[in-house]
Formats: sequence, structure tokens, C-alpha cells
Amino acid sequence: MKRQVPLLITFIVGAVLVVAAFIPHNPFGRLGENFSLYFDIIAVFAFFLGGGNLVRIHSGRFFRGLKFYFMEIKKQGGFWPLKMLIAFPFYAMGGIEDRRGKDWFFSMVTLIGFFVMLWAGLFKIGNPGGWQGNVTAPGSLFQDFFMYVFTPLKATMYSLLAFFVASASYRAFRAKNKEATILLVTAFVILLGRTPAGYYVTFWLPDTLSFFQVPNLANWIMGVPNLAGQRAIIVGISLGVISMSLRVILGIERTYLGQDKD
Amino acid sequence: MAFFDTIKNIDRRVIFLFIALSVIVPLLFNVIFPERITPIVQKIFDKIEALPEGSRVLISLDFDPSTAPEQEPMVDAVIYHCCQRNVKLYVMALWGAGQNIADATINRIITTHFPNKVYGVDYVHLGYKAGNQGLINVIITDMKKMYTTDVNGTQIDSIPMMRGVRSLKNMDLIAAFGGGFPGLKEWILFAGDPGNIPVAGGVTAVSAPLLYPYYPNQMLGMMGGIKGAAEYESELIRKYPDFEKMPHGGLEMMGPQAVAHVVIMLFIIIGNVTFFIDRKRKTRAN
Repeated sequence: MKRQVPLLITFIVGAVLVVAAFIPHNPFGRLGENFSLYFDIIAVFAFFLGGGNLVRIHSGRFFRGLKFYFMEIKKQGGFWPLKMLIAFPFYAMGGIEDRRGKDWFFSMVTLIGFFVMLWAGLFKIGNPGGWQGNVTAPGSLFQDFFMYVFTPLKATMYSLLAFFVASASYRAFRAKNKEATILLVTAFVILLGRTPAGYYVTFWLPDTLSFFQVPNLANWIMGVPNLAGQRAIIVGISLGVISMSLRVILGIERTYLGQDKD
Repeated sequence: MAFFDTIKNIDRRVIFLFIALSVIVPLLFNVIFPERITPIVQKIFDKIEALPEGSRVLISLDFDPSTAPEQEPMVDAVIYHCCQRNVKLYVMALWGAGQNIADATINRIITTHFPNKVYGVDYVHLGYKAGNQGLINVIITDMKKMYTTDVNGTQIDSIPMMRGVRSLKNMDLIAAFGGGFPGLKEWILFAGDPGNIPVAGGVTAVSAPLLYPYYPNQMLGMMGGIKGAAEYESELIRKYPDFEKMPHGGLEMMGPQAVAHVVIMLFIIIGNVTFFIDRKRKTRAN
């Protein structure tokens, strides 16, 4: 019963949505709309689930680390409460490490970040419109945290990619064989074509040879070989999704239900 | 040979240093190169330029701060263009962080540069709703099933510009920004195609190749990365010289990007030269 009911729901919803796509008239059209609406409502609960899961995992790790730290300090004797306060920064930064308490400091930072943002957003602290206003209104604490803490952090993390891409390009783009040479030349054309430098390198070519101007070559690579490859991939993925969806709807694929036992 | 060995085993921190310098120096000296618009970007520009006054444009901000430096210039340019054309803007987000970005963008572009624009009459912020493509699937038939209020909690029916808007099909253009999931691709698949609504937008440079298969039949046009934004901005400056007084991140960031690309290419050349010399030496030794 624990497995039959979810399988039945999946079959009905999946079948109705497939039929609704081909016959968008009532009752299938209305049912399809309603099922999409239910999906949106259920999606909201994923936030509670995600938040709860984050707190559960990181609080467990944090308290385990804190307990281990407390025991370590107490073992050393002396006036342990003072020792505990003094040693905390060193311990937190990884001075004392143990399998049981590893990375607990990062869990603490995660939990603080989570609860501070939750507090600022939930109670709309400093919101110009008060409780009724928009949570992300300029001037609210939530928006300030977002703009001045979250945004620089995320942008920094992403921009680090530039350094690794450069380093990886230096090591990986070697003309070792025919295929690697084609890849190297393509990368060169795209890199050059995506900058104004590409234009200046080949702008002197006559109109009859304009195809060989680097920006035009880059556009051709994106619009022809890349397009063909991407289309092939999309067709392949789509066929895979269709067959997988049929397996799920018909109850052949059951891994999404968890462990495969009744 | 010592020099060759040093170059061959170049420390990656040296590469990092060169990349950092190639970005910082052009930024400090505000290096700006002229840009020429490509057809894939031109189509978006022409579409907005051809929209009659009072047309409806939906702007969806489906990205977060990690890609904001690449995508915000596109959004700024399109919103500026729409405001110049006096079209009605419906701003929303499929990503949670998109709502914050939308608020900041409205404040930066509309409130600051178009103070005569009235909220609820010329533009509305519908905010973020969960559901990804499921949300699009619902609002393609009925907006009010998902949006009963705007982001400020104002009833949708009391917002003047929402009158006459039943679903996405009432939009004249959907401009979606974001190459992740959900993003521009989902707007094409779940709104543009079934609703026969023109969909255009912008994505990060790494996502752009994945969207080419939809151009030009299912996707009107696309701005790929900073280059796309810079192309749009250059066309905006040409048509609306006042835009030059505004911050134009696309053109400003193309300088560092161009120099960084050239530095990467130089390193690739160095890498290949050392590779061939090394191979020759090994062949000789054998």
C-alpha cells in the first residue's frame, strides 16, 4: 500500500498531463492546469524541507564539534571556562581538529547566516513598508544583507573560475593530435572572436574573404558546427527523457520512491 | 635551457597573477573598445524598437548574484530601452534571488533615470514564485492563479496595468535573463512555443552555445555574456545618445575581458611551443 498509492498518483498525474498536452480541451485541459498548480504549491514545501534539512545536518555537526571542544579543554584542567573562551578562535579556525568535530566551524557560520537572513526576512527588519511591505524593498535589512554580503560573496566565488579556466587552458589546450588541434583552433577563434581584438586582426580582409574575418568565423562556429552538435544532444536527451518518463508513469522505474522493497 | 624549463613548468600562481592584472589594469584605466552589433542581438533591439507605445513586455530575472555581473548590464540596457519606448514592464523572477535583483534594478534604472514612470501604470514588480517551469505552465493560461498580489502585497485587480492581462499570451514580448534552470530555455519551451509569444533574452557566455538550436525560430534573439550586453549597449548609445551618460557595464567590462582573453591565448601559445620543443628534445634523446 505504501508503494501502490504513490505509483497510482504518478500514473494518473503523468497520464493526464500527457493527454492534456495533445488534447488541451476540458476536462483534460482543466486537469492539466490544476496539476501544474498543485506542483507549484508542493514546490513551496521544498523550501521548508530544504531549510529543515540544512539546520538538521549543520546543527548536528556544530554540536558534535562543540561537545568535543568542551571535553578537550576540560581534560586539560585549570580554569576551563576562561581557557575555553581564549582558545575558541584557534580551535574554530582548525587548531584542534578531530574527525568528530571536523569543519564544525563552517557549520556554525552556515547556521548563523541562515538564521540571521531568516530573522531579517521573516520580521522584515528595517523595511520601509513595515510588515505589509515588500521583503526585498531597498532599505530593508534583508535587501542590505543581500546586496552587501551575499552578492559580493557569490560574485567572488564565481569570478574565481576565471583563474582556473586560464590555468586549465594553459595545461589542457595542447596540439597533441588531430582532434586536439581542431579543438585548439576552434577555441582560439572563439576566444578571439568574442573580443574586439578579433575584428582588428582581420578587418583588412576584402569583402570577398569576409567569411574569414575572425568574428564571422566565430559566429559560423557557433551557428553551424556547435548548432548541429547541440541539436543532436537535445534530440538524444529528449528521447531519453521520454523513455524515462514512460518508465516512471508505468511504474517500471521506482527508484524515486526510495528503497526498492515493499 | 633553464629559461625553457622555467616556462615549461610555470607555476599556476604566475598565471593567476597575469589574469588578475589583465582584469584590474583595464578596469582602472576604463579601457573601452568599440562594439558592432551582431544579428542575434540586433533582432532583440529591433523588436523592442518596433513595439508600439503601451505594449506589454515581461522581464524575468532568473539568475543570482554569481552571474549578475555578466547579466545585469543586459537587463539594465533592455529595461532602459523599454522605458524609452514607453512600453509597460512586468518584472518577475523564477529564481529566489531574482526578486532582490529586480528590486535593485528597478531602483537603479527606472526610479533613478525615469522618475516620471508610475508604478502600477508603467511598470509592476510581480516578485518571485516557486514552481520553476510549473509556474510558467500555469501563467500561460491564467496569471491570477499564481499572482493574486504584486510584490508589495497590492491586489492584482487594483493595479491599472494588470487590467486586460489574463495570461502570458497577452504579452508582446518575453525577455528572460538566465541560462541556468529555470531560465531562458524554459521560457521558450513552456511559454514561447505553446503560446506563440516572442521570447528573447540574455544568458551567460558559457550557456549561450546551448541555446543556439532555438534561434531564430523559437527564440527571437539572444545576448550571450558580456559581449552580447556590450553589443546591445553600443546600439543603444547610437540610437539614444543619452544612454552614454549612464553606467554601461557591458562596454566597461569588455575591456578587461578582451585583455584577459588575449592573455589566455598567449599562455596557450606558450604552452604549445614548450610542448613541441619538449617533444622534439625527447625524440632526439631517443
